[in-house]
Amino acid sequence: MIEGNKSDTTNFNSPFRGTGGSIVEKSSFVSTRNSCKLCAPLGASLVFKGIEGCVPLIHGSQGCATYIRRYMISHYKEPVDIASSNFSEESTIYGGSRNFITGINNIIKQYKPKVIGIASTCLSETIGEDIPGHIHNYKEENVNIGAKLPTFIHASTPSYCGSHAEGFHNTVLATVKSLAEFENVRNKITILPGMVSPADIRYLKELLEDFDIKYTLFPDYSETLDNEYTAEYQLIPTGGTTVHDIQRIGNSKATIEFGSSFNKSFSRLKDKSSVQTAGEWLESSFYIKNYQMPLPIGINTTDKFIEVLKTVSGVELPESHRKERGRLVDAYIDAHKYVFGKKALLYGEEDFVTAMADWCKEIGVEPFFIKGADFETLKEKADEFQPDFLLGNSKGYYIARERKIPLVRVGFPIHDRFGANRMHHIGYRGTQELFDRVVNALIEYKQENSPIGYKYL
Amino acid sequence: MIERHKIDETNFNSPFRGLGGKAGSSILLDERQKQVSVAGANERTIDCNKASLAGSVSQRACVFCGSRVVLYPISDALHLIHGPIGCAAYTWDIRGSLSSGPELHRLSFSTDLQERDVIFGGEKKLFQAALELINAHKPKAAFIYSTCIVGVIGDDVERACRMLEEETGIPVIAVEAPGFQGSKKDGYKVACESIFKLVGRVNNPIPAKSINILGDFNLAGELWILLEYYKKMGVHVNATITGDGRVEAISNAHNAALNVVQCSGSMNYLAKLMKDTYNIPSMRVSYFGIEDMSDALYDVARFFKDDDMMDKARELVKEEISRMMPALAWYKERLTGKKAAIYVGGAFKAISLVKALRLIGVQTVIVGSQTGTPEDYELIKKLCDEGTIIVDDSNPVELSHFVKEKQADIFIGGVKERPIAHKIGLGFCDHNHERKEPLAGYEGMINFAKEIYATAMSPVWKFTK
Repeated sequence: MIEGNKSDTTNFNSPFRGTGGSIVEKSSFVSTRNSCKLCAPLGASLVFKGIEGCVPLIHGSQGCATYIRRYMISHYKEPVDIASSNFSEESTIYGGSRNFITGINNIIKQYKPKVIGIASTCLSETIGEDIPGHIHNYKEENVNIGAKLPTFIHASTPSYCGSHAEGFHNTVLATVKSLAEFENVRNKITILPGMVSPADIRYLKELLEDFDIKYTLFPDYSETLDNEYTAEYQLIPTGGTTVHDIQRIGNSKATIEFGSSFNKSFSRLKDKSSVQTAGEWLESSFYIKNYQMPLPIGINTTDKFIEVLKTVSGVELPESHRKERGRLVDAYIDAHKYVFGKKALLYGEEDFVTAMADWCKEIGVEPFFIKGADFETLKEKADEFQPDFLLGNSKGYYIARERKIPLVRVGFPIHDRFGANRMHHIGYRGTQELFDRVVNALIEYKQENSPIGYKYL
Repeated sequence: MIERHKIDETNFNSPFRGLGGKAGSSILLDERQKQVSVAGANERTIDCNKASLAGSVSQRACVFCGSRVVLYPISDALHLIHGPIGCAAYTWDIRGSLSSGPELHRLSFSTDLQERDVIFGGEKKLFQAALELINAHKPKAAFIYSTCIVGVIGDDVERACRMLEEETGIPVIAVEAPGFQGSKKDGYKVACESIFKLVGRVNNPIPAKSINILGDFNLAGELWILLEYYKKMGVHVNATITGDGRVEAISNAHNAALNVVQCSGSMNYLAKLMKDTYNIPSMRVSYFGIEDMSDALYDVARFFKDDDMMDKARELVKEEISRMMPALAWYKERLTGKKAAIYVGGAFKAISLVKALRLIGVQTVIVGSQTGTPEDYELIKKLCDEGTIIVDDSNPVELSHFVKEKQADIFIGGVKERPIAHKIGLGFCDHNHERKEPLAGYEGMINFAKEIYATAMSPVWKFTK
């Protein structure tokens, strides 16, 4: 019996032996050089795009909305309409309530949304904008047409607190907190997958349906940010989790939540209570059991996820998925030598990187990452670590290019390739895709750099 | 007071007033009615130079963005963004502005302000961050950009810059660009003021017939094509602002005889400052399309009153045109009858695009820009065929409606317009800052025709029917 699962990192002959593949080291620089993180309102916008009929509104300067739109469009290659309250000097001094009202009115006129998701910015938070107050006043003033008013959701996402990942999770929490109602009858599952790709969301839905589990998945941007050709410009793309479903999250008997580092890596000075995830909040407020687990990347973590699905459904792993696992094990065996002992430099959102690192170990690849590092720090440390390839979003390309090693593009953002929304990362299927891509990247690298140009492996 | 804020229920479903049914008036927000018009001698002039309307989903960015994109190509300067992380992250390597030397501009530096800094002030952090970066990269100058909250939390960036200049001996320039202080266009002005602070710092001898090129950003190496043309004419190019820009050349810009200004929206103000202070005349040009490109060369020769230069320009133009005419004729034959929509950042560029499209048989049915001036829009009104929609500071709702209404085949725009075109089944030509093919100059005209042809003639459209 070969100990295939136990890749002993101490045998890898690496300068970072015994560190479990990662080191935590503060950059000696005060400045952030080529940031790995983005700002919180981007994460909020992504969540709002996952609510049916929702138009996001960023309460701040025009640039915030436009930059975030541009950033998301370059990744998803889909329309991303995000409104701005377009602060002026006047609103910065006297408050943004007038811009807020105009903004809401114009969104309603142009888009007729079911939901308006409002994210704050560094500017509106710093000048102390009372967004819940603005919402309250707006509703009061328009009480005569109350039934027609959209649902308002507000997330506090100043960019000086955490990153886009925190913005994402804070917005999931804020949405659940503001909409979910307590219920006694509990027959569903809530699944909070975090920042995964549209293809990943579609996979999860298929898996849950195959398990015959009734579920609410939130946020669901699998269609809004990866739509078919529509011939018309859908002002609000179809798809997304419905408000009704989010309201009825309280009828869940369990929550499955991917990721655990979020909201733990920093704390807000003024609001300690935000150091909680949506799953944790549902558990403490509604007594819904929370299965918090790493993103299911790799066989080990996917097995754990499947165990939970079996527990909550009482159903065995459906045959088609069992076979996907079987083929994945088969692929691992066939290609294990091409990855064993290779060193991967990882970066991205913390939960994503942690899950990727565990997967790397599972296949005998030594992962390396630095928590909270920017790209320039990673680049400098790469000289010591000497990675064989990079595994992360497209922004690390310049490091891969300089080192003349492959970059396997995963996660968000991927700005220099097509198909990011169709890319799988999670479950047996996602792991299979990742594994094939990593193996082939390494083989291609060797082939391209070979003087022979061989035709077989 | 409250009344004013109420939604006018009657506006919800009924067509809005104005424009007498022209130009998609039913989808226009009331406040935007005057920012849309149609071409034709008797049509009214449209409103522009206005702040974007809250909630309209404008395609514009902010003051910071305007200043950042203009200063970005100065490749031997340090660009440090003072604020929370977003502004720096979203502008990292954002333009395809090529450099023939240093690449410092392609790195993204931020003070990455945290909540603690917001409460206790970020000036000290700024000073330390700038100092360490200047020591590490030895730039020729440093630009320190103030984003939205910097003024609000009371950081004195000017003071920090003065201290840094004393400490390091290089020019350290405060770029006061809080996003809320106007629009992207105001950011251009801020950038011009910042560049102007460099001008006049050195006096290097240069030939008498020297020009500065203002407003070309060397996207996909476009500037280098122009330099070749001017070189052939015997014109010395002194400073290029800001494409492939260098601090020293910019510092010496006041010694040139003429400022040749493209993308006038961003650079006219710098030309004005240099005229007022150093008495340097300027001229407005465009390098897109055959007519405008040729005029850009002739006008410079005319300015220097140099017959030899003019002969060389004529020769160059003749050679280039005779070389490209067969290709253009080929494209024209195939593209005639196609209709195009244009929505770009600057309106002056849009004017060139209308002319360039005509050369290859394509009719423009919509022209819009984020930052056009009244003069630009007047020109467009006269230039375009009657009925062409003209729009300032548009948004996805309007643009998607207009292209349907005018049955456009091709959309020419930037990153944010691309999905609008594609979702409706329109061809798209990237005229944005990340383009990889030069579109300026004679060579650029051929590339432009090639791209229009590729997008108009692709067989994939049959699946959209």
